[in-house]
Amino acid sequence: MRMMIEGSMGVAHMVMLCRPNVVAAYPITPQTHIVENLSAFKADGKLDAEFINVESEFGAASVVLGAVAAGGRAFSATTAQGLLLMGEVLHNIAGMRLPVVINVSNRSISAPISIWNDHSDAITLRDSGWIQLFAEDNQEIADMHPQAWKIGENPEIMLPVMVNMDGFILTHAVETIEIPDQKEIDEFLPPYKPEYFLDVKAPKTFGNLAEPQWYAETRYKLWETLEDSKAVIEKVADEYKAKFGRYLGGLIDTYRMDDAERVFVAMGSMIGTIKDVIDDLRQEGEKVGLLKIRSLRPFPKEKIREVCGDVKELIVLEKAISFGLGGVLQEELRSTFYKHKNQPIISGFVLGLGGRDIPPTTLVKIYEASKGKEILNEFVDLRPEVAPKGSLVTL
Amino acid sequence: MAETAKTKKIKPPVEEALLTSGHRGCAGCGEALGAKLVMEAAGPNTIATAATGCLEVFSTAFPETAWRVPWIHSLFENSAAVAAGIEACMRNKGMEDINVIAQGGDGGTADIGIGCLSGVLERNQNVLYVCYDNEAYMNTGVQRSGLTPYDARTSTSPPGTESWGNQHQKKNLLAICAAHMIPYAATATVGFPQDLMMKVKKALKIKGAKFLHVHVPCPLGWIYDTKLTIEVARTAVNTGLYPLVEMQFNKVTRVRKIGKTRQPVEDYLKLQGRFKHLFSEAGKEELEKIRQIAQDNIDYYGLE
Repeated sequence: MRMMIEGSMGVAHMVMLCRPNVVAAYPITPQTHIVENLSAFKADGKLDAEFINVESEFGAASVVLGAVAAGGRAFSATTAQGLLLMGEVLHNIAGMRLPVVINVSNRSISAPISIWNDHSDAITLRDSGWIQLFAEDNQEIADMHPQAWKIGENPEIMLPVMVNMDGFILTHAVETIEIPDQKEIDEFLPPYKPEYFLDVKAPKTFGNLAEPQWYAETRYKLWETLEDSKAVIEKVADEYKAKFGRYLGGLIDTYRMDDAERVFVAMGSMIGTIKDVIDDLRQEGEKVGLLKIRSLRPFPKEKIREVCGDVKELIVLEKAISFGLGGVLQEELRSTFYKHKNQPIISGFVLGLGGRDIPPTTLVKIYEASKGKEILNEFVDLRPEVAPKGSLVTL
Repeated sequence: MAETAKTKKIKPPVEEALLTSGHRGCAGCGEALGAKLVMEAAGPNTIATAATGCLEVFSTAFPETAWRVPWIHSLFENSAAVAAGIEACMRNKGMEDINVIAQGGDGGTADIGIGCLSGVLERNQNVLYVCYDNEAYMNTGVQRSGLTPYDARTSTSPPGTESWGNQHQKKNLLAICAAHMIPYAATATVGFPQDLMMKVKKALKIKGAKFLHVHVPCPLGWIYDTKLTIEVARTAVNTGLYPLVEMQFNKVTRVRKIGKTRQPVEDYLKLQGRFKHLFSEAGKEELEKIRQIAQDNIDYYGLE
């Protein structure tokens, strides 16, 4: 069914179709509309899940942890400070190998407090053992939820999945999107039947103490499974395409890459703007393309090297920074191409922090200013009173 | 109004222990005894959660486990919330006949975990929360918690020239829980095992959120001979320092009277090294304060 709805409403619809047993969430902007819609579905008898109004995001993450350990399917949504408050539980969920799905409506981190979008929140959880997927538009984020459960609940994977959408830019944007029928989703995503769960008929102990002779093995298996999940993420995206005819990438997606010499790399909603800019630049004869990172964890190094071929320059655009190191995507890509025979020039730009607009004109300026140069950790569109001397792109 | 508690004679447990022997608990551990009794009263149709702490550490070192019920430990402060998720899942799947018991120590319950505890009580979810109170952070080496009694020596509230030990009153956790208007909140102790098991069984028959505060002496932290656990626990009750109380919807419904068995607080304090520093000429004033705490309990709950 085609519906003209807000991004958050699309997510709520899709989550309902995935038949969770338990939904637990705490209010935080800009995630609130997702769980408001789910609670309204529950109130109208459409959603057959227990809706738990928790006392904090920490509680929300703990409730969904318990629900999945008990053999259920469970969902929560949060952002920014809420995600950080969940942090201890999120690491624990991954270590316990529980396929929870959480939607993160990406938002900047305090201080200073800002409710607007960037990717600083999810980036901080990149070493937690979660699969982290980023969507570019409202159709993709809706479609990503059934895929997330299908990936995480795969008996060979058993990992939690964090699906990311840009706060406000996607959560509050109204677009026409396709919502599948219940029957189609049921066919794609069968009920969750875990091999191990809290079962009074076959009692098992979860969350043991691991002494030094055991701990490292659990971390090795987590590492190994994240590597294995790469193939599953691709496979599930392909299966979704076969069933629903929609595909916006598996681990990555590309746009006009065939003969591209210079390639933008980015995640999330700025992908749309970049595609428009590429179309304009192509009309002027520029050989430019796009590499969309759909999976930040696992990070698809092999796939990136494969699609980049003889690309000469990568222009990395990202909405977060690792303080004391540099742009996170920038550094991931530099490591991806370390000692690789076709090592492109890699430049990294930090932009869009705390909801700062990313207009096409800024992207064109970046494209022109970085030609043939290696520019690292360059903050874009800074106010002149703060921008360092020689900044390439300032307000 | 409060009526006299008459401890029913319950036959000694014949069920196979659901917290088995062979775990790593210390000799004389009150918490191990408490958990064993709670599980025996609950029976095998039970899912249990536990907070990080002694109970989790001594019973589940991989690849071993002492638990014969499905059991989960996640973190220090979320035992109640994990149980809430389990309960919600069971409810959604039409398996509401399964008991869900959340367990935590005094720190995991009254301090770091009180947010999650308050949440599950306020939502009146069908969970029994059991706090095993040994009155300090024993697992990390006897540091003070919000349930450490007044003047007790701990490793972070040592007595010294300027201090008599812990300078804060024990938090009234029962009152905090009962104030959530839950259908059942009670205190119990390993000193009176039949009473403890009766309260677990009673709680599990009631639908909604239940809270049970269990006093569990710790020979290591309280500094007493391991054979004295039961005596120490009983003396806490008989001095008025640990009242046995049942509450329903924030009203006291039943108490254990100590009129005939009442003992002076010194009988309790002298059993334990953690109060040794009080027994000097200068400590008399402090002993009087502790006597007053006991008297306030006796007056408030009508224990005499």
